[in-house]
Amino acid sequence: MDPELSAVRISVREAIHTLSSSEDGVHILSTLGALKRYLGEAGDPALGREKEEFATIHFSAFLRCLFSKLSPSWLELTPDGQLEQIWGSFFLEGPADQAFLVIMEAIEGTAGPSFRLMKMAQLLARFLSEGRVAALIEEQCRPRTQPSFPLLQETLLNRVVGLPDLLGNRLQRDNLAPFFPQSYFPLLGEEVARALRAAVDTLREGQDCCVSFVSRVLGKVCIQGRQKEILGVLVPRLTALTQDSCLWQRVCWRLVEQVPDRAMEAVLTGLMEAAPGPEVLSRLLGNLVVKNKKAQFVLTQKLLFLQYRHTTPMLQSLLGYLAADSQRRPLLVQALKELLETWGSGSAVQHAPLAQQRYISTAILICLAHLGEPELQDRRDELLASMMAGVRCHLDSSLPAVRRLGMVVAEALSSRTHPEGPALKFQYEDDDEVSREMLALATPQPLGDSPQARDPSLAPPAAETPAEIAGDGAQSPGLPQGSGSELDSDDEFVPYDMSQDKVLKSSKVPLYVRDCVEVLAASEDPECWEAALQALEGLVHRSPEATREVSVELARVLLHLEDRTCLVGFERLRQRALVLVTVTDPARVAEYLTSQFYALNYSLRQRMDILDVLVLAAQELSRPGRLQRPGCYGFPGPGPQSLPAVATPQPGSAAAPDWRVVVEERIRSKTRRFSKGSSRQRLPSGPNDFNSVAGCFFFPLIQRFDRPLVTFDLLGDDQLVLGRLIHTLGALMYLAVNTTVAASMGKALLEFVWALRFHVDTYVRQGLLSAVASVLLSVPAERLLGDLPEELLEARSWLADVAEKDVDEDCRKMAVRALLLLERLKDSLLPASSP
Amino acid sequence: MAAPLQPPPDPQFVLRGVQSAVNALHFCRESQAQGSSLLFSGSQSGLVHIWNLQTRRAVTILDGHGGQSVTWLQSLPQGSQLLSQGRDLQLCLWDLAEGRNAIVDSVHLESVGFCKSSILADGQPYWMLAVPGKDTDEVQILEMPSKTSVCTLKPEADAKPGMPMCLRLWQANFSTRPLLLAGYEDGSVALWDISERKVCSQVSCHEEPVMGLDFDSQKARGVSGSAGKALAVWSLDGQPSLQVCSTHELTNPGIAEVTIRPDHKLLATAGWDHRVRVFHWKTMKPLAVLGFHSASVHCVAFAANGLLAAGSKDQRISVWSLYRPRDSATPFLGESEVGGRHFTAA
Repeated sequence: MDPELSAVRISVREAIHTLSSSEDGVHILSTLGALKRYLGEAGDPALGREKEEFATIHFSAFLRCLFSKLSPSWLELTPDGQLEQIWGSFFLEGPADQAFLVIMEAIEGTAGPSFRLMKMAQLLARFLSEGRVAALIEEQCRPRTQPSFPLLQETLLNRVVGLPDLLGNRLQRDNLAPFFPQSYFPLLGEEVARALRAAVDTLREGQDCCVSFVSRVLGKVCIQGRQKEILGVLVPRLTALTQDSCLWQRVCWRLVEQVPDRAMEAVLTGLMEAAPGPEVLSRLLGNLVVKNKKAQFVLTQKLLFLQYRHTTPMLQSLLGYLAADSQRRPLLVQALKELLETWGSGSAVQHAPLAQQRYISTAILICLAHLGEPELQDRRDELLASMMAGVRCHLDSSLPAVRRLGMVVAEALSSRTHPEGPALKFQYEDDDEVSREMLALATPQPLGDSPQARDPSLAPPAAETPAEIAGDGAQSPGLPQGSGSELDSDDEFVPYDMSQDKVLKSSKVPLYVRDCVEVLAASEDPECWEAALQALEGLVHRSPEATREVSVELARVLLHLEDRTCLVGFERLRQRALVLVTVTDPARVAEYLTSQFYALNYSLRQRMDILDVLVLAAQELSRPGRLQRPGCYGFPGPGPQSLPAVATPQPGSAAAPDWRVVVEERIRSKTRRFSKGSSRQRLPSGPNDFNSVAGCFFFPLIQRFDRPLVTFDLLGDDQLVLGRLIHTLGALMYLAVNTTVAASMGKALLEFVWALRFHVDTYVRQGLLSAVASVLLSVPAERLLGDLPEELLEARSWLADVAEKDVDEDCRKMAVRALLLLERLKDSLLPASSP
Repeated sequence: MAAPLQPPPDPQFVLRGVQSAVNALHFCRESQAQGSSLLFSGSQSGLVHIWNLQTRRAVTILDGHGGQSVTWLQSLPQGSQLLSQGRDLQLCLWDLAEGRNAIVDSVHLESVGFCKSSILADGQPYWMLAVPGKDTDEVQILEMPSKTSVCTLKPEADAKPGMPMCLRLWQANFSTRPLLLAGYEDGSVALWDISERKVCSQVSCHEEPVMGLDFDSQKARGVSGSAGKALAVWSLDGQPSLQVCSTHELTNPGIAEVTIRPDHKLLATAGWDHRVRVFHWKTMKPLAVLGFHSASVHCVAFAANGLLAAGSKDQRISVWSLYRPRDSATPFLGESEVGGRHFTAA
């Protein structure tokens, strides 16, 4: 054996002996001081081998011995804390990995709160704050001369990553701030960055280096869900460092590549979220997605198809990263293809939650923005086929948001695949924030001019000086101008407002409801027909008796009416007229309409019109105080002549109708009231007209839904109408509050809901839930409990099930609301029954 | 367009009581009004009302057409004489001097059409009258008051302009040759040289029959309206030949009459769409659309002082005061009476 090495052994053994036996502070100090020369960087180079010997073989044992001596009395053997200082320096200056392990081991091994535990915790805090973790990691990155110990690395890894948990468990309430995860992991991020810097320096010196330990640390931290803390610190550093250094980029690529497979997803997701854009992501990841199967799966499958919680900027980073390199671009094309397949699959449209569908649509639009013309042209047929299928099933959906998604994506896709052809354009209101954002995504240049580019100098044209109005004013004798002058002739002729100069409508307006019916049914003269339709509302209003005589016939004509002349506002006029007729003669017209709902040879549109009209009429009938103020309910009924006047209010008389408001406001402002209480207006009250006819509206609709006709199958393809029917029934139920039939209506409706409760269509389920809610609102609580206890119980369990498991968010919310209503019902009954 | 436009004006007042559609209007010339302005109106029921514009009452009602519609009214410059043309094929000459109201003369017409006649009178005892002739496409020129036929203007055999729809006799200042402008059923306007009995020039202005025309001899420019949607402005150069200057599209088809204000500044049209339109005559800029009537407007007339009257099928005569010439501010229509709008007569 080497003499030097045995010298080390002897001195260590002596030191341990001194520590364990001596009570003399000075002696201990000198012994420790003698050992300390084996630590430290500087000093006698001849000591190199001895240092190594000490570090590898004796250090841990010695540290354990030091720890075992730790006690208040021992530290006070020397004055001024010299002993404590030299004691700590062994931990802080010696090899970091061993010191760290001993500290952690000591902390784990110390039971309960004690002086030693706190001392060790403080020591660990110092260890952290002095950057020893970086040294530790750095140490692990060094190429090994001897075979490394996987077990040691594993232990280190666990301790480094698990430090906050360990300390938290051990210290409980006495935990120190640096060990909280929210402060430890950012620190760890910094240390990792520092270690990487050292690794890069090593590489620059031409030596080897291995970052796999860092990768494992990163992976483990990310798996624990601390991506945000560590990467939030690390990624900005790396972003800056990789900016113009290829070496740094290579180190980063290596770093991510060596992340263990099971941690790959966590790390990549964290990176996606932390990276500010696709360029940064490309620098950090390199062509990882091509080389690593797991990464490829995560990036092209998992993040796109299996998850949908990520934000749009993150999607943009991801897809932008795929698009940034020619080797990765095929993956982007492939991704678009698969996205479109999913988008176009009917079952996905039906069963996937709306948020996921929106996510996939967004991803498609971003892909489109990144793909170039030739790439799209190559796959035009495939894309077109998927698009056609997708548009069909989106438009079939009963949820407007899904339909909108279909339209937005199809428009963007067709405009990119067929830029030369006529643009596909759907009719939808683009007032929706979401769809506008989505359309903006599909434009190929995502970062163009800023919104500040708007020219602020684009002021409205300079206002003309208000010209003197000729006419009467021109006669005033004060004007000095000579008469008959040709020069002034242009100035004095200021035109009047000519906006009311509209095309004159024929004046063949029918004067009686019966005439209207005849004209609407049979007239070939379009002008006459339009005039009749426009006049109808006023006529029905004016003469309810005459309307009652022809009510059913009128309803029939109106129901079959088609827009023959592209009349502006045709649908509205027709609907208003139908509602008005129904309100005027509720029993007979409702009977007719409900019978026609299940009749043959109607279009779905007509059937849905029937439902709309029934609801609107029921709403009108049940409105309190309806008869007191016939002029000002839902839709004011203007006479036939006043229709054009309503369309173009005259500027001079615009303020005229408001005079009453103005006067009342003025009176209110000048009047001082001593009590505010009595000034509140009483709500108009009166009998509910809907009471007597609610059954006529409701029961015929609910009876025959399960009997399919040749052209109309509510339980089959026509689920949109079924959804509307259920919503209508719910609305009727709600409007029937305080009526005598409400209880039997509620019973029928609950049975109906029970029959359909597992319907696949979201819209239908939403309708069922709202119907249940309206039953709970409308039927008196006593009747509910008295007549329908079983139904309520069943409904309750179903609601709880939906609230928990339904795929649609709205459905879940509605179920929760209905459950709350049920609870409230229970609460309202309990105090009444308890005494 | 930034300056807010004035809302369209209301009528100054409305004359009611004709109890039949108003077909013809004519303001009496001021020289013979003896201080009070008069407005003549001819109705569907054959009556001619004489309105005092000061009292806004009908002064006299003349009944000389046997219940047949009166289509044209014209006063003569000399004396207090009025010409009225009716669908009873009579053209009556009334003497209204000193409160008389008697038919002093009448001309039997041979055309059953709606063509209004025209006169050329400049204070001479002899004056010229153009009336629709016996054949459907003829115009007859008579010398009055002797009622001798001067000539008959018949288009060339191969030209088939159809019936004359409106006539306008005039004479250029520098010549003594009377000329006649006639609008025809085929939409053309023809200029006849009466002394040579031939068409000097003819221009096709409209797709539909010409319903009314007026001519501004100062500017040698005229305007015609038709049953169609357009208003045509044409001019006469020295040759003389007619040329269409411009056409103006209207919102609704059908113009019953066009009239240029005596000071040649405004043009008013009587529309079948119940509206009176006012244009700046020089530039043809639309100035106002007067909406008051509830049926077709049949006739418009300007007074020398700028007052505008419109007669309609809804049996009312609306009187408007727009862009009045400055020298014609007569006290009876001054601003002091603005409050008396819609004051109704009789």
